[in-house]
Amino acid sequence: MVAKAIWRPDIKELARIEGQKRPVESGHRLCAGCGAGIIIRQIAMTARKPLVWINATGCVEVATTIFPYTSWNIPWAHNAFENAAAVGSGVEAARKKLARVNRFEGDPDVELDYDVIVLGGDGGTYDIGLQAISGAFERRHKIMYVLYDNEAYMNTGIQRSGGTPFGARTTTTPVGKVIKGKPLFKKPIMDIMVAHGIPYAATVSPAYWNDALVKFRKGFEAEGPAFIHAFSTCPLGWGSAPEDTVKIMKLAVETCVFPLYEVVDGEYRLTGPSVSIAKNPDRKKPVEEYLKLQGRFRHMFKPENKWMIEKFQEWVDRQWETLLKRAGY
Amino acid sequence: MSTPMVGWKDLPMAAVPFLSAKEYPTGEWAVFQPKIDESKCVKCGLCWMYCPDSVYRWDGESVPVPDLDHCKGCGICATECPTKAIEMVRI
Repeated sequence: MVAKAIWRPDIKELARIEGQKRPVESGHRLCAGCGAGIIIRQIAMTARKPLVWINATGCVEVATTIFPYTSWNIPWAHNAFENAAAVGSGVEAARKKLARVNRFEGDPDVELDYDVIVLGGDGGTYDIGLQAISGAFERRHKIMYVLYDNEAYMNTGIQRSGGTPFGARTTTTPVGKVIKGKPLFKKPIMDIMVAHGIPYAATVSPAYWNDALVKFRKGFEAEGPAFIHAFSTCPLGWGSAPEDTVKIMKLAVETCVFPLYEVVDGEYRLTGPSVSIAKNPDRKKPVEEYLKLQGRFRHMFKPENKWMIEKFQEWVDRQWETLLKRAGY
Repeated sequence: MSTPMVGWKDLPMAAVPFLSAKEYPTGEWAVFQPKIDESKCVKCGLCWMYCPDSVYRWDGESVPVPDLDHCKGCGICATECPTKAIEMVRI
């Protein structure tokens, strides 16, 4: 179903094309060291056709289009949290209809052969926009939905979301006497999306750019809806140093907190560094290395809270074991 | 911000951003900005790839050039540079 010949990204070629087209312009007001800035660039540089970009409310939407400035040199639409996937469905359905009635036949200004990308944050995907995505996937619209997961509502002031991991300090799950960060675990969003039977779903860490670009391209080439779960460090909300953004993205994969895999027509396949960890379990790092770089987990390193790290590690191990079984290791 | 306020009739029909963000100098945020040692650079392009602000201009052949008018000084490029050719200097 997904393209047969594997596309291999050439960094020099991509740099030349980006230099000419500049799909995402500098001067947007995402925080210094924001992981989402890397993700939107990587998506834009893998596009093979003209792009229509549908953006749910979130950091990217707010920071890139502060009136009267816009960072986008491609068609772009802002949506509410809950209807981004619905708007994407409409844009995709409109193309089919216009092509069928030959509305713009021979018009050099109108290009009907375009790709639709819907970008949502974790709030707009895990919590508020879930029903619209579910509907779009059920109707088999050919859209690529990218979730950039910074694990809380960062744009509105770091409130917990369905994507916030266990123990993380947010403004609505503070660390105190009663609770110590979020008491619950992350929602298994990939399992929910894979259960829709979509042709392509994958997890992406922009730090492994080669793997990430190939997966974005496969998402565009999939014959039907594609879902991509991208991991995005948030220096402001996570209390991490801006220069450690890419380092944390790498550590999340190396500790198996965020393993890299793709699901093609229901078949799980590990990719990138997760393959070498599966074959050689010694390479799996303890979660402490990932947690200690982030201020939101600082309370877990107090002696009386040691059980939290153990509980976190236990959860990571259980998820990883399940994934290994699914991928056939 | 000393330009006179525009009237409501001069505003566009809807809240459509019409200026390129390129005109907004986010480089003013920075405390540290990158300086590349051209002798150490191996032209791998990782600084260009990992920059969240599309600041690096790279043609694939020469040493990448950062656009300091827009660099927010996060320091990802200096941390990820494999040969440590990038140094963050206070401006």
